[in-house]
Amino acid sequence: MREELLAIVEKNSRIDLKELAVILGVEEIDVVNELAALEAEGIICGYHTMIDWEKTSIEKVSALIEVRVTPQRGQGFDTIAERIYKYPEVTSVYLISGGYDLLVTLEGKSLKEISGFVSDKLSTLDSVLSTATHFILKKYKDHGTILAKKYEDTREKVTP
Amino acid sequence: MKNMLSEQIKALKPSGIRKFFDIVSEMDDAISLGVGEPDFDTPWHIRDEGIYSLEKGRTFYTSNAGLKELKEEIGKYHRRKQGVTYDPAHEVLVTVGGSEAIDIGLRAVINPGDEVLIPQPSFVSYEPCAIMAGGVPVIIELKAENEFRLTAQELENAITEKTKILVLPFPNNPTGAIMERADLEAIAEVVRKHDILVMSDEIYAELTYKEKHVSIVEIEGMQERTILINGFSKAFAMTGWRLGYACGPKEIIQQMTKIHQFAIMCAPTTSQYAAVEALKNGEADVQEMRTAYNQRRRYLMNAFREMRLECFEPFGAFYVFPCIKEFGMSSEEFAERLLAEEKVAVVPGTAFGDCGEGYLRISYAYSLDNLKLAIGKLAHFVEKLRAERK
Repeated sequence: MREELLAIVEKNSRIDLKELAVILGVEEIDVVNELAALEAEGIICGYHTMIDWEKTSIEKVSALIEVRVTPQRGQGFDTIAERIYKYPEVTSVYLISGGYDLLVTLEGKSLKEISGFVSDKLSTLDSVLSTATHFILKKYKDHGTILAKKYEDTREKVTP
Repeated sequence: MKNMLSEQIKALKPSGIRKFFDIVSEMDDAISLGVGEPDFDTPWHIRDEGIYSLEKGRTFYTSNAGLKELKEEIGKYHRRKQGVTYDPAHEVLVTVGGSEAIDIGLRAVINPGDEVLIPQPSFVSYEPCAIMAGGVPVIIELKAENEFRLTAQELENAITEKTKILVLPFPNNPTGAIMERADLEAIAEVVRKHDILVMSDEIYAELTYKEKHVSIVEIEGMQERTILINGFSKAFAMTGWRLGYACGPKEIIQQMTKIHQFAIMCAPTTSQYAAVEALKNGEADVQEMRTAYNQRRRYLMNAFREMRLECFEPFGAFYVFPCIKEFGMSSEEFAERLLAEEKVAVVPGTAFGDCGEGYLRISYAYSLDNLKLAIGKLAHFVEKLRAERK
């Protein structure tokens, strides 16, 4: 239950306890106790429901990657940026002035996973000229900006 | 021109869902709970693989039965999930959705007059496909008191000398019912005794919320007499890619491949490349979607309890099938009034067979927020009807 509960409140820290109990299929008192335990252990750190995954048994490693790319005619950097930001393990992609073009932040389970992503997926993209990977040792501030497009239901209204 | 049309096709009833679709599509602001497909986008790495295949110019036909690599991945998938072995070269056929597999699977085995056992409520295609294949559909009406599972006794009662094949649609659309191992063992015994075939449509196999899905092919002596149908639409949220497959005995797959070859040629190439990626690296996506569906399922079951609407707890697919018999009106009437008065669209149970009368199919392939909004309106409607009846 712990992992599923965290996943819910990370997205919606204002969800009420009764509803949490319902969708998790447990009693409300269990939700109350579990949330209290999570707070006491410092895993739930504040009202914004920032989760410190370091304190759970779940391993996470973050990295910033400087990427130099060749812009494409007529599309500039947008196409290659999209190509990269659609990978779910990429948490943000910025176009940067200066010595490189794109700043990519990445979350993975281990150093190996991140280096695997860089070598297998990122550096093999045609427009990518070079990458420099910086692993994050400690997070002081996490802005966590989400740039997702608004969900639009484009399905037919009734289907078999 | 006289006799322009086929009498057989003319006599087919149009899908009950189509009729309701026409009503709903006239209302712009209706909230729909009537959709039979996932609300999730196809996971990006799968889409990316499809795009990549286009970029690489993989835009030609594949071999009739499907890409070798995909058939091998399908074989591995069933080895992993069910511990059964299918020879990718002879026992796997990639089709245009599970729907095509249903159609050609029945056509490959039916002789004129053969009886096809179809448990209902169930997906809309089995009955017309059986008829078009020259078979005689025999409906088995599933019962709410059995949680809409098929029992050995019901099967036994429906079997005659002419019975050729049993369609086994679990996890079930529209009821959400599942069959567990013990249920399947009892069915398998009857099937073996009468020496009939099974078409097991397991398109919702990845979406169960109790134990892991059990396939009838895992039961002894069943793989050799079963056409197993599955696909990518529900598990990987890939409905529009139109990709499914059939696994089965070499003899049957060979004949199905013949029909497929003449009618279809091959399944869409882009989709096949994407499907390879889905089977290789899609497990985590499936798990994530399953968790979300399960949360919504629990939410709905609780909402029905609170509004005192009778509903058995379904453990599969993404549908619930509440009973509305207490209101003394037909499913269609209920659904039409709910739409007109509360602007919420659900599908009447009768769209999935006459025995769906008295029930509604409610899909939970919607976000929790969307469900909450719709369920609030449904609760209001239910209260109104109860007040009317006092």
